[in-house]
Amino acid sequence: MNTFYTRWLGGRQGSMGIAILALLIFAIMPMWLDIFRLNLVGKYLTYAFAAVSLVMVWGYGGVLSLGQGVFFGLGGYCMAMFLKLEASDLTSTAHQTTPGIPDFMDWNQITQLPLFWEPFHSLTFTIIAIFVVPAIFAYIIGAAMFKRRVGGVYFSIITQAIASILTILIVGQQGYTGGINGITDLKTIHGWNINSSSAKYILYYFNGALLIGVIMVCRYVLSSKLGRLLLAMRDKEDRVRFSGYDVSNFKIFTFCLGAMISAIGGAMFTLQVGFMSPSFVGIVPSIEMVIFAAVGGRMSLIGAVFGTLLVNYGKTAFSESFPALWLFLMGALFIAVVMFFPNGLAGLYEQYGSRLAKLWQPLVRRFSKAPAAVVPPPADTPPSPPPVVRKLADKPVAAEPLPEEALRTRRPA
Amino acid sequence: MFGYSLSDLGSIVVMQGFSGLSLFSVLLLMALGLAIIFGQMGVINMAHGEFMTIGAYTIYMIGKVTEQYFPAFLPYYFFFAIAAAFAIAFIVGYLVEYLMIRHLYRRPLDTLLATWGLSLIMQQIFRSVFGGREVSPNLPDWLMGSWSVSDTIDIPINGMVVMVVTLVVTGGVVAFMFKSRWGLKVRATTQNRVMAGAVGINTNMVDRMTFAVGCGIAGIAGAAFTTIASTGPTSGSQYIVDTFLVVVFGGATSILGAVASAFSIAQAQSILTFFLTNAMGKVVTLLVVIGILMMKPEGLFASKVRK
Repeated sequence: MNTFYTRWLGGRQGSMGIAILALLIFAIMPMWLDIFRLNLVGKYLTYAFAAVSLVMVWGYGGVLSLGQGVFFGLGGYCMAMFLKLEASDLTSTAHQTTPGIPDFMDWNQITQLPLFWEPFHSLTFTIIAIFVVPAIFAYIIGAAMFKRRVGGVYFSIITQAIASILTILIVGQQGYTGGINGITDLKTIHGWNINSSSAKYILYYFNGALLIGVIMVCRYVLSSKLGRLLLAMRDKEDRVRFSGYDVSNFKIFTFCLGAMISAIGGAMFTLQVGFMSPSFVGIVPSIEMVIFAAVGGRMSLIGAVFGTLLVNYGKTAFSESFPALWLFLMGALFIAVVMFFPNGLAGLYEQYGSRLAKLWQPLVRRFSKAPAAVVPPPADTPPSPPPVVRKLADKPVAAEPLPEEALRTRRPA
Repeated sequence: MFGYSLSDLGSIVVMQGFSGLSLFSVLLLMALGLAIIFGQMGVINMAHGEFMTIGAYTIYMIGKVTEQYFPAFLPYYFFFAIAAAFAIAFIVGYLVEYLMIRHLYRRPLDTLLATWGLSLIMQQIFRSVFGGREVSPNLPDWLMGSWSVSDTIDIPINGMVVMVVTLVVTGGVVAFMFKSRWGLKVRATTQNRVMAGAVGINTNMVDRMTFAVGCGIAGIAGAAFTTIASTGPTSGSQYIVDTFLVVVFGGATSILGAVASAFSIAQAQSILTFFLTNAMGKVVTLLVVIGILMMKPEGLFASKVRK
């Protein structure tokens, strides 16, 4: 129980954060919003998976991946392929030249289901594929780059190019992938209609639970020895290497973990929104995911979720009323976050939250006396992240150069 | 081979090679600016494409004005417009460096995000000012013809003009970097910023000028771009990934590397496009480039600068 509390939940502060997030997702949002808006929030929460994965890969791993949309898309497409095959049964596609294959294949004169679509008839295989396909892909990219000590800027540019290639490929191979329209008209999962209201509620809750589960897994990883090594590597990679650790393997692990987390988000996106298209794979969505994480705070798992919700809420609100203004605002957000709030919402909370907490102190002390006596150790042994975050937040400009400087010197010469 | 005779194949290679040269010119001009900014200063300028768009819109504007007020001047305006494209992109680049980039040195990944934000803002400005539809400048007649070498080979004149402009600019950049006082200061700052400052070089000013010159060259790329395609608000952003790959593939700090990699990428893409589809030609080219980069991360021509 004690390890669960300190490591999975992240001690007192961490479990408070998770509790607030859970309250928001499971109670406040469903009470406050109608089903259409709730479904929209569910869609945003699937982006939050990608933002959380970027906190792991970028904030802690120190490598900025501009290809997180690739993994989001891979997860989403795996799910969409299963749903599409179920939607294209023999009776509903009887009018096609070749019944039993997805409609877009029929339009593109393909007469037989391509071999790589075949295994997606099985739900078990699909669920395994959602985890394994992005992980293998990430492993290939990660192993090829990190083993050769390619990092920093070069890694970002190459992952961005991969995102661009995958989009071109999906759009170009219309017969196999559905092209620019993506895979649409998804209906049921083993006969269960995913477009009904009740299904939308169930999927929303399932998605929220998965997100909190993922955050807890990340907490656990970060509070392990690996988490400490990641922090050490981000600050001074060479010293960790000289201490005898194989730095690249830790980076590959984090990158693969991030890929799997994004893929879960993609799969949940397909289930909740009912289609998947290349517009969620390419450069623009990938870099938007980075801004979600940056607004929330690149070192805060919970912050990333709030950042995602905030930016997407702004996007929806502004593009409904002033579509032209939104791009200005989004651009300004990128610049402002980088120049003035390098630690995002979580950084602001660290800076001003403690003052707020002081006002609350007398109240908190009165109520928390009893439980504090039962579990005293967590207060004395905080998990690794908070002290570092605080140190960065105090002197954002002066403290920040360290990791980037390390990246810069690692440029292959 | 692919059902073409040998002489057909020769013509195809020549024609596609020349259309590749236009792509090569744009990529090279973009990459030259980026190689200066990224290679020398370590700044990732994601808004580089938008500086190209500024150049393209400058040509369009000047073309419009010439057509309206000085129709007699129409055949010659293009060369003056190129200079104007450079000047305007230079000024905007200078301001951007002063207002934003100089606060972000030493944080290369953050310059990436901030300049991406800048590119969004610039795209929206273009859309508000010029509208969402693509525009083409009224190019002089002599630029639009083509030169028939043989029955099967037609070489467009605009491609050759752009090629000449590119060669002149490349020569200018090489002279600027290796023969001028400014170039000496830029190279000194790149190699050792602290020592360069200690011997009296104003490194802040060098950074500002370097960034502005890089943006100005992107403006010239925009001028070249108008001869091969029409300009829209997002024209520049379509080239940014390719340009970064060109720079990284060429070895970041090497101008010779940028020339070689722009040439090979543009030609490979142009010739493959003929035999495969448009999309697949690009995919295959980029995959090969990434494959080579994974084996040789320092690029084709790595500089021997000690970091």
